[in-house]
Amino acid sequence: MAINLEVPRKHRALIDQAHQVAMNMLRPISRKYDIAEHEYPKELDVLAAMIDGLSESGASEGAGATGVRRDDIVDDKTVKNGANLASVTSVAEMCWGDVGLMLSFPRQGLGNSAIASVANDEQMKRFEGKWASMAITEPAFGSDSAQVSTTAVLDGDEYVINGEKIFVTSGERSDCIVVWATLDKSLGRAAIKSFVVEKGTPGVKVERLEEKLGIRASDTAVITFTDARVPKENLMGSPEINVEQGFAGAMATFDNTRPLVAAMAVGCARASLDLTRDLLKQAGVEIDYDRPAYLQHAAAAKFLQLEADWEGARLLTLQAAWMADNRKPNSLEASMAKAKAGRVGSDVTLSCVELCSSIGYSETELLEKWARDSKILDIFEGTQQIQQLIVARRVLNLSSAELK
Amino acid sequence: MSLISNLKPGGKHGVPSTENRDPIGYLVAGLNRLAQSDLLDKVGLRKQTEQVVFNVTRTGFKTMTSASRTFSKAGKKGQPGTRPASAPSTGVFDLTPTEDEQMLVDLVVEFAEEVVRPAASAADAACAAPDELLKASLEIGLPILGLPEELGGVSEERSAMAGTLVAEALAKGDMGLAVATLAPGSVATALGLWGTDAQQQTYLPAFTGDEVPAAALALNEATVLFDVLNPKTTATKNADGYVLNGTKSLVVRGESAELFIVGASLDGKPVLFLVESSTKGLSVGGDPAMGVRAASMTTLNLEDVQVPADAVLGETDGSTYTECVRLSRLAWCALSLGTGQAVLDYVTPYVKEREAFGEPIAHRQSVAFMVANIAIELQAMRLLTYRAASRAAAGKDFSKEVALARRLCTEKGMQIGNDGVQLLGGHGFVKEHPVERWYRDLRAIGIMEGTVLV
Repeated sequence: MAINLEVPRKHRALIDQAHQVAMNMLRPISRKYDIAEHEYPKELDVLAAMIDGLSESGASEGAGATGVRRDDIVDDKTVKNGANLASVTSVAEMCWGDVGLMLSFPRQGLGNSAIASVANDEQMKRFEGKWASMAITEPAFGSDSAQVSTTAVLDGDEYVINGEKIFVTSGERSDCIVVWATLDKSLGRAAIKSFVVEKGTPGVKVERLEEKLGIRASDTAVITFTDARVPKENLMGSPEINVEQGFAGAMATFDNTRPLVAAMAVGCARASLDLTRDLLKQAGVEIDYDRPAYLQHAAAAKFLQLEADWEGARLLTLQAAWMADNRKPNSLEASMAKAKAGRVGSDVTLSCVELCSSIGYSETELLEKWARDSKILDIFEGTQQIQQLIVARRVLNLSSAELK
Repeated sequence: MSLISNLKPGGKHGVPSTENRDPIGYLVAGLNRLAQSDLLDKVGLRKQTEQVVFNVTRTGFKTMTSASRTFSKAGKKGQPGTRPASAPSTGVFDLTPTEDEQMLVDLVVEFAEEVVRPAASAADAACAAPDELLKASLEIGLPILGLPEELGGVSEERSAMAGTLVAEALAKGDMGLAVATLAPGSVATALGLWGTDAQQQTYLPAFTGDEVPAAALALNEATVLFDVLNPKTTATKNADGYVLNGTKSLVVRGESAELFIVGASLDGKPVLFLVESSTKGLSVGGDPAMGVRAASMTTLNLEDVQVPADAVLGETDGSTYTECVRLSRLAWCALSLGTGQAVLDYVTPYVKEREAFGEPIAHRQSVAFMVANIAIELQAMRLLTYRAASRAAAGKDFSKEVALARRLCTEKGMQIGNDGVQLLGGHGFVKEHPVERWYRDLRAIGIMEGTVLV
């Protein structure tokens, strides 16, 4: 045991590999699918096959959307650098390539992370190899996920689902959807459960795809459920409505997915920083780490501030993943990472556009695109404000009734 | 002394040189000078007020005469000294301190809680650390923390990480007192890192013995846009060694220090020089600042100070000096963590107890989010600082890491200090609560160079 915040030695090969894929596979088609919104990036099928291959060979260190499962972790009192760390570092690397495309990786959806987090072994097995998207938000609510109004009613051996979900990432392309629905709205949070609904189930309809500010390579769907029947075994977790435990089961997913989204912001912002550093250098501005910032070019001083904030976001993300790998409760740290990375992602990418003037703003470079892509990362999986609320409640030890 | 020349605008009393005094202004300023003079007191026109002890040196320079000890020369000149080994690198991402580090931190945390914090307010007012506290800091081994066992120290390997954790823990008690107690050990650590055999044998026994001297790492200078890598203090080579000229500012415990490490430019490169306080040509003056006041800061004036050729510490190509600057910045980052944590720990119960409009102010998002952001940024500062420290300990290049840590600790540390006062409102502005002191102390980060190192 000793404090060391370098990327684990054993993950370096994996990260290098991810970097090569990001640079040589994602970057060349980055602008193409930004312009051709809603077109399926067929190049990704090849990539998906490659990722599966890596995963089979064990070279991926368990990284990926399903790398967040905690049951696989053996506790032998040694410090672990496992699948959570491997996942955030490789996700960041892929998002250095392109966030929208990364979100479109077949079988790497947030639904897959949700399944990995809370599914039982039987479900794990049954949904293996499926591409799962995540459907929580409804037209009437966003952050206040206790307001789920989509209903699931047990009828024989099946649940009957009714409702409308919006903002479903990969909603059209995925094989199945993890849907949050309530068993009894009068019982509040405790009655909210997640269900795996397979595509092609009668009554499940993709109504439309959104046109967005960024991550345009990723499809965002509106999906309606009209008397959609799913086997009761598709309910994840316990069907019991435990008012004591409340929301804990469903929310546990977030402890695992928030560091992943933070990692996306870290990766996207690094793309901006890397290019901006290079462009500034070509313009004659080099960053000197020893000289006081105020004695350097204002652009260099600004860059130092951005890089320092970015490094803070990166290390908070690694910390949250490391805690998950070592089975330490990390809700606080996951939210800290998401809050910091979300706001830093916007600040860095937007500031880099400004630093690079019209090269930054023009579509000839990708800086403007990253400044659009990054915005969603401060919104989905819990907005900046929700993360601050969670951190504040934890730090101040206040309930949601006390600190609203 | 002409009255008029003393009233010219230009950087004194906060008056910029662009200001002009009209006749009425001169009259008012003259009256003010009269009001300040002893004349009024002599004729009993003003009630005497008690002055704080620090005025001894505040009013002017004085020659160094304080109990300077003679360091008897020992060891082999020009031969490299003993160096601590780099900490081994495991290649595993880990945020757990070693058992030794944890034991040390636990000890210092207790010291900070029970001895340092209770003494902080008075020490801040007096611009001095109490003697008993300084003595107690020797008992827990602060001066020898950064020294390898071969040199009488306690560490088996490079201890930048342990030093960082200790500085953080101490500053949670009080930053000013942390600086006062860490300064001698910082000079000892520097001797361990860069001293020749002769320098180590000459000076280190004093630090590992019972009567540890006050010592100061003097790099600051009173220049706008100060560039620590390009000091205005000069060193000129002559037949007997080097002659030093210049003035250092914000020198910790300069009045009682017996050994200085002074930064000076030699042939255009920044170089560290060992200067004993008994050397002719040294004088100190009071230099109290906004914060870190318990560290009894002084100016140190060097006028034709002759030092021997072997007074150079480390290399003359600027590399040792730069390394020293980086390690000092690391220590200041560590200090900001402790003080930042003190703010968070103080405001947390406060906002839950303080009520407004019928409920605790913590129940309002604008208050609660401020606390959340303190927690988030403080942890980010901590992780950046630890990363730089662990790289330094492992002997890796940490120039970029420490620069980023310093940038974040400067900006967010000050924000934390600012929010700490804001959260207490008017109560934060008065000295009944410590947050106003932390506000002043946290402004030091990003300004102070040298002084302490890990």
